[in-house]
Amino acid sequence: MKFKNVYGKSLLLLLFMSLASWTFAQRTITGTVTDAENGELLIGANVTIVGTTNGMTTDIDGKYSLKISEDATTLSFSYIGYGSIELPVGASNILDAQLSFGENLQEIVVIGYGEVNRNDATGAIQTISTKDFNNGAITSVQDLIVGKIAGVNITPSTGPGGGSSISIRGTSSLSASNAPLIVIDGIPIENAGTGGGRNYLNFVNPNDIETLTILKDASATAIYGSRASGGVILITTKTGKSGGKLNVNYSGNVSINQAIATADVLTAEEYRVLIIDKYGENSSQANLLGTENTDWQSAIFQNALATDHNVNLSGGIKGLPYRFSVGYTDVDGILIGDNFNRTTLNLNVNPRFFNNTLQVNFNTKAMFSNNNFVDGGAIGAANAFDPTQPILDENSPYGGYYTTTNNQGLPNGLAPTNPLALLDQNLRQDQSNVSRYVINGSIDYRMPFLKELRANLSLGYDAARGEGQVIVDAQMPYAAIDTGSITDYWSETNNQILEFYLNYVKETKAGKFDIMAGYSWQHFYFNNYSFSRNTSGRVIYDEADESPGEYYLVSLFGRAQYSKDKFLATFTLRRDGSSRFSPETRWGLFPAAALAYKIVEDRAGAVNNLKFRMGYGVTGQQAIGPLYPYLPVYVTSQSNAQYQLGNQFYNTLRPGGYDLNIKWEETETYNVGVDFKLFNNKINGTLDYYQRYTSDLLNFIPVAIGTNLTNQITTNVGDMQNSGLELTLNGTVYDKENWTVEIGGNATYEQNEITKLLASDDPAYQGVFTGGISGGVGNTIQIHSVGFPVSSFFVYKQKYGDDGQPLEDEYEDLNNDGQITPDDRYRFENPAADWFFGINGRIGYKNLELAFSGRAKIGGYIYNNVQSDQAQYARLVNSTGFLVNAHSDIQDIQFEQPRYFSDYFIQRADFFRLDYVTLSYNFDKFSDNIQNLRVYVTAQNTLLASNYSGLDPEVGGIDGNVYPRAQTFLFGVNASF
Amino acid sequence: MNFKYRYLILTVITTLVITTSCFNDLNVVPLDDEVATSALIYKDPASYKQVLAKIYAGLAVSGQEGPTGQPDISGIDEGFSTYLRQYWKAQELPTDEAVIAWNDGNIHDFEDMDWDANNEFVTAMYNRIFFQIVLINEFMRESTTDKLEDRGADAATKAEVVGFRAEARFMRALSYWHALDMFRNTPFVTEGDGIGSFFPEQTNAADLFNYVESELLAIESELTAPRQNEYGRADQAAAWMLLAKLYLNADVYIGTEKYTEAVTYSKKVIDAGYTLEPTYAHLFMADNHNSNEIIFPINFDGTATRTWGGMTFLVHAAVGGAMSAGDYGVDNGWGGTRTTKEFVAKFDTIPSNTDSRKMFFTQGQTLEIESVANFTHGWAITKYSNKTSTGVNGSNLTFPDTDFPMFRLADAYLMYAEAVVRGGTGGDMATAVSYINDLRGRAYGSTMGNITMGNLDLPFLLDERSRELYWECHRRTDLIRFGKFTAGYNWTWKGGTKEGNDVDEKYNIFPIPSSDLGANPNLQQNAGY
Repeated sequence: MKFKNVYGKSLLLLLFMSLASWTFAQRTITGTVTDAENGELLIGANVTIVGTTNGMTTDIDGKYSLKISEDATTLSFSYIGYGSIELPVGASNILDAQLSFGENLQEIVVIGYGEVNRNDATGAIQTISTKDFNNGAITSVQDLIVGKIAGVNITPSTGPGGGSSISIRGTSSLSASNAPLIVIDGIPIENAGTGGGRNYLNFVNPNDIETLTILKDASATAIYGSRASGGVILITTKTGKSGGKLNVNYSGNVSINQAIATADVLTAEEYRVLIIDKYGENSSQANLLGTENTDWQSAIFQNALATDHNVNLSGGIKGLPYRFSVGYTDVDGILIGDNFNRTTLNLNVNPRFFNNTLQVNFNTKAMFSNNNFVDGGAIGAANAFDPTQPILDENSPYGGYYTTTNNQGLPNGLAPTNPLALLDQNLRQDQSNVSRYVINGSIDYRMPFLKELRANLSLGYDAARGEGQVIVDAQMPYAAIDTGSITDYWSETNNQILEFYLNYVKETKAGKFDIMAGYSWQHFYFNNYSFSRNTSGRVIYDEADESPGEYYLVSLFGRAQYSKDKFLATFTLRRDGSSRFSPETRWGLFPAAALAYKIVEDRAGAVNNLKFRMGYGVTGQQAIGPLYPYLPVYVTSQSNAQYQLGNQFYNTLRPGGYDLNIKWEETETYNVGVDFKLFNNKINGTLDYYQRYTSDLLNFIPVAIGTNLTNQITTNVGDMQNSGLELTLNGTVYDKENWTVEIGGNATYEQNEITKLLASDDPAYQGVFTGGISGGVGNTIQIHSVGFPVSSFFVYKQKYGDDGQPLEDEYEDLNNDGQITPDDRYRFENPAADWFFGINGRIGYKNLELAFSGRAKIGGYIYNNVQSDQAQYARLVNSTGFLVNAHSDIQDIQFEQPRYFSDYFIQRADFFRLDYVTLSYNFDKFSDNIQNLRVYVTAQNTLLASNYSGLDPEVGGIDGNVYPRAQTFLFGVNASF
Repeated sequence: MNFKYRYLILTVITTLVITTSCFNDLNVVPLDDEVATSALIYKDPASYKQVLAKIYAGLAVSGQEGPTGQPDISGIDEGFSTYLRQYWKAQELPTDEAVIAWNDGNIHDFEDMDWDANNEFVTAMYNRIFFQIVLINEFMRESTTDKLEDRGADAATKAEVVGFRAEARFMRALSYWHALDMFRNTPFVTEGDGIGSFFPEQTNAADLFNYVESELLAIESELTAPRQNEYGRADQAAAWMLLAKLYLNADVYIGTEKYTEAVTYSKKVIDAGYTLEPTYAHLFMADNHNSNEIIFPINFDGTATRTWGGMTFLVHAAVGGAMSAGDYGVDNGWGGTRTTKEFVAKFDTIPSNTDSRKMFFTQGQTLEIESVANFTHGWAITKYSNKTSTGVNGSNLTFPDTDFPMFRLADAYLMYAEAVVRGGTGGDMATAVSYINDLRGRAYGSTMGNITMGNLDLPFLLDERSRELYWECHRRTDLIRFGKFTAGYNWTWKGGTKEGNDVDEKYNIFPIPSSDLGANPNLQQNAGY
């Protein structure tokens, strides 16, 4: 009864406030808002008068009573987690509303510790939901949205079950992580894999995903503070519907993968001709030639089969919506023996209590995967192995494989190992099991005594364990001397999270206030173990050793959103503490602000909606690698790095380098954007421009020698600038009778420049060498330099002859000192594309639909390391008596020696790739038992247009014997029962 | 309304209590038992010797994990980063004694003698030297009498640590001597300088010379008598040997001749009871720890002390072409290092073919080097081996057991003779000739190679040093002392031409790496760079 009193008082207050603004003839509308499925009352639902900011929330009986002016025609009803509806005000003064749970989700956007109506978002936020996901052989969540969003650059992985690399708005860090923060159902996920796993996101089955929301600018991401510099991806999994009937759904597919391109090395015939032409018919070199014609690459690749099955049950028992799913994926790699299989379980339960004032969301995910890894070195070995030698040799003691031996009859350690021996499961077994459980629950309670206020407590637990064993048999040529090896390893992670926030939403005449304040605590623990020895156990390669570690993040955060009429404002503030830093530097403050103005809102005609946004924010990066970079610690040596004094070997103790002042990287982002809907909502789009300034950039730089216990440490010294333009357009081009045509496209322009790298200004400092290549040891081809983009290639400018071919060892004398020295190298282009494009579309005719999705990148460059390492004569013949195959370019360029640092090998990597084409047919009401049946075929990676001469323009900077990207053909079925 | 606020306040307070109590979680200490803060580590008295072992191991391994992992220094491939591998390359590749086939970074700057301040190998040598120095400074700070007192160390520990500190100072003097010899004007830090953000001052040759000299003289009495310390640890003879080297080269470093002192200290070494190893080749084999000639070794072991640098590099890199790796106790050759025809010619003088120090492999190898990159160009050298003197393989075919003879008696003989010839007093020519003839007697197995006083001059000594000490990290320093490094003597591929050419005299020392010039505004580049 007391509550009633309280309610009464506040109603009086509200009434009073309403009276004060009474200028027109008014009437009072009352009504009840209920759940459309089960008729339960919805307490705290928003009721607003369309066209004004006036409104109120429903009381604990789900009732409202609202004074409206005579000219008001429509009321809008909304509730968190439910679809919103607008109802016309009729003659009656009673207007009840029923809202459906889980409906209309695409209009509500999750923003981190809350959600917002799409139209009221002030940041650069984009959401992709189920219907817009890519459709194909997809095991990795990232692949669902490849090419769909401007500014989000995803490079799909090539091996089975592998993780795609994903970056949002390019590079903002040199040495810390550039990966976005991934938040799954409210739980921020540690961006680190488990030993024996292939992709840290494998525990999420793409079939369970409802939406992926990308927070791009700092005004949106700053609520995640010190982990948000790489952007944030919020993943929401599917839930059941309150009161819904049991719905059983099956989806599955089977696909075949094949290697479509292989490295351009010489065939046996071409190779014979080359050797004989070069060295003469009966030369010692020609005498090393074999008599076979082996295509090593085709021998190591296979057409690989993959299957994927998913069953889910969803529904709602009274107030208990649930969804349970099981998924099973089995993928063979195109490299023989490579296999990944995975079982995922996902349970969502979302009960509501006390007339929906208490909402509980419980989610548990489990993943079990088995991996059979193969030695990826087989790819390089196949490119290099003498094509005139046979695969098998019946006299070989090395598993029956032809093996290059030295003059003692032992395997020659300098020669490539027979690639088929590397892949033979009898000679090398490399298996792992990974399991992971993520359990999280949140309780959301709307205070009955103050219904504008709700409290949310969220708890999560994330545990993973991977274990594996690698057994190399003594018959493996490279392991023959130590009689094989056995490596056992395991790795585990245990992460816990506790988050609590209060949210207060109040609509007053002065505007709508939405205020949130919260606290977050996360603990990350991990441990790794490995033990490696020869098969007899007598020789230890890597001693049995555990290396546990942990870190904590503690944060306070808050957000205030204010809206009035067409004006919207958001302010956020997060204070983060990380155990990685010293007490003096461990706290960081990350503020952000955004303003938006709805220039046009819900108008008929050419321009239906137009919103202008501007935002500023500061984010940070704490994923810097080491756990205790500020602590002086001593490290004990392992048993194979001991030192002998007298007759005893001592485990040595080494004090390590440290930086007492190390702290976060900080990134400031300025963003302006417009969101628009045009031509009767047929076209919608977003345009954003941003500039980003990263300071205190962590760089692994030389310390003043003599001042620290090592020569380079990671410290905060650099600055970097990024800027970019992003445009996304989606439109229904045609929608008449039985036809619909929808086209979506996006374009991104990105650039970055390093503006500072050292504490002092030293013109002689060239920068940070990076980008290790094969050929020689420790050679690098890239550099981070002030005034240039990240990872610019650092090379000599090649001179060319009249025939257009490069002249060996002749370069431009760029510093005009009359000689060619390392100082003549220049910074030439970089791997990052300037322009990214995505295009996707759907053409529907009745129940038939053709969907496609493709991407293009323009302006990126690749160092063709396969070519630079293999197109040279010096490599052909080894002095210890064996031959090595060559890249076919050797016939043109005729290089005698390796010329790794010529810009000739830096090549354009522009491309267009048609990632997915899907043709599907939907049977409505297929049978009594099958409500809906959809069958489809997908062709994946069917078209590649590129001017790059190597295997794949998406290798990311340095092309060296990559796992080829497969082409996939898939048949799939979706059925609901 | 009050009611409402009471709830609110309660909620706020509860929240604050929960949250603040968790802030202390941010104070973490390492969980890994192989990683400990310095405050904890010295509670164990055994830790002093483990740090001392690291100071010695700093010459051998690349980091805390063998053969690679947890490196001491970075900015270069870890296998390249070891002290001995860098020191060998810097002392041998710019000379007539060695060429290397590989395409690793700008390694060929050494043969071409056109290195600059960005050369990664020069930089790695510099960084290695100072890794040692700062490591030793840290040990000196942590092992003071006061600190031992505070930690309640017992008398035995205290006494033992006095000796450790003297050895540590010897090791610091050794690295500062390398700094003096190769870089001359380097930053200068001692245990008085802590860890943190400051810019060390640059020293000069005279000050550095005085420092190394004074340190060695100061610790002389605290070091163990010759041959009385544990194997692998420095004793008085090691300090004398280093003093003799410092004095012999004093004219190069500071423009003042100190040949008399060189005679004094080489004599002290010679009189300390070491004897020549009867068979020259045994000095470089897997059981050379038994030799009574070696004064100060860098220790390696196939099981316990593994690295891709050090002796692993010296044995494997020299094997290639038609050589059988098994003949040298290893699994495979790496096909890297050979020598020039000018060095081979050192053995052309008076009866040569029986000189047992002439350890060449010539089958399939050409004497001429058309291409440095081709292992079969230039004769191979079979000096280092992972076989024992009795022909048994070392404990592991990849990582040799062979120790590196950093200082050995033969060098003391040669230094004595040279100091005498150069006018040092306290010695005499007859003794010098007898020492040289001891070496040649071993080399020839007879007196047929013996010389007379008339033969003993500086040109002979330079050549004899190369015959005796080739590939032992002496050649660059020797050629400079004899004025034959940048000009006055050319060999195949010196200066980047096949015939060899003179190079600028600035190359007598290496440049201060640009990485440190950028990091430390107090530093000035060496002249000419």
